[in-house]
Amino acid sequence: MVYTCTMSLGSVLLGVLAAGPAHGYDLKRAHDGRFPAARPLAYGQVYATLARLERDGLVEQVETRQHAGPERTVYALTASGRDELRRWLAETEQPGPYAADELVRKTITALHTGADSVDFLRRQRAVHLEAMRALTRERAAAAEPGTRIALDHTLAHLDADLRWLEETRERIAQDGTTR
Amino acid sequence: MIDAPEPILSAHGIHKSFGRTVALRGAALELRPGECVAITGPSGSGKSTLLHCLAGVLLPDSGVVTFRGARLDGLGVDERTRLRRISFGLVLQFGQLVPELTALENVALPLLLEGRRRPDAAAVAAQWLERLEVGQLATTRPTAMSGGEAQRVAIARALVTSPDIVFADEPTGALDTVTGELALDVLVKATRETEAALVLVTHDNRVAAVADREVVLRDGAVEPGPGDPA
Repeated sequence: MVYTCTMSLGSVLLGVLAAGPAHGYDLKRAHDGRFPAARPLAYGQVYATLARLERDGLVEQVETRQHAGPERTVYALTASGRDELRRWLAETEQPGPYAADELVRKTITALHTGADSVDFLRRQRAVHLEAMRALTRERAAAAEPGTRIALDHTLAHLDADLRWLEETRERIAQDGTTR
Repeated sequence: MIDAPEPILSAHGIHKSFGRTVALRGAALELRPGECVAITGPSGSGKSTLLHCLAGVLLPDSGVVTFRGARLDGLGVDERTRLRRISFGLVLQFGQLVPELTALENVALPLLLEGRRRPDAAAVAAQWLERLEVGQLATTRPTAMSGGEAQRVAIARALVTSPDIVFADEPTGALDTVTGELALDVLVKATRETEAALVLVTHDNRVAAVADREVVLRDGAVEPGPGDPA
């Protein structure tokens, strides 16, 4: 899983901070634990993202701790940060080549923060199916076999996303959690 | 803004149980003329039961299904059978053709049961087989057909009476991807051309994507749509 935009990592870190203030090292560890299939975060990425979130007023420094090791700054979510996280979690994703990664990040973050992931999954299904509907119409109108085959590839990926969305809903319904 | 046409079929508060198993708990659906609706949902969510209640095959324990303003439960058995034969077409997962009859006889059957003369019924049936590109199978029995061929014959049989609504329960479920896709194309195209409404029960997203809209069933009830409150 590769981050395609820096905003997404920011949202994921806001999701981790929703559980309580943390320093950069905690954030890296929590991220790597939540997304074991992702490339582990580099500290540089964490601090650059935190600096941007702080500049945008979404997080603030609340404390500087120093134990045996180096000095560590503890960050906390601001009210705007909480609003931004809520907005990100509620917003459905435009189905596309990189949507699947974003869907996974959003759903897992929602589960950890207690946001309504079932409602998100329900609305995301409608968005995905609408995209499939448009592509299905396009495919029916396509004269070139090559065009149809290329559209089949996109349709197959959207279908896989939809099956994952449905399975995730079933798992949440059964367990109430992913744990 | 143009008002949407009146629904041709509507169902409200449909409850249906089989013994202790509750299949539907308050399901509702409205179908407009010529519309294509996909009913989807997890296994056991009540999709097929709802389809059978809408098509008058099953009567709900409570709730009302109306077709062109007439309550299905207010019709006698004969009237309901006739409605199913003339106004509704049914396509099931495995075609369910009569094995002793040829393709032509299977397709002509609903017309014969309605009292149409044999040569007349055979001529209309032959036209439908041609239209669905299985004219060469007229004298073939179902056991000698491939799955895709049998499904095309079943679609011809469902459409031969020019029904207002075609109900299809997992119409591609028993077919491989490409054959299923061809059968679905044929079904959708034929219903569009005859301006029949189409209700598709499916667990296949690619089938659902062919429909104008989706109705998701969960635990026997319809889930709110994307614009509705959760």
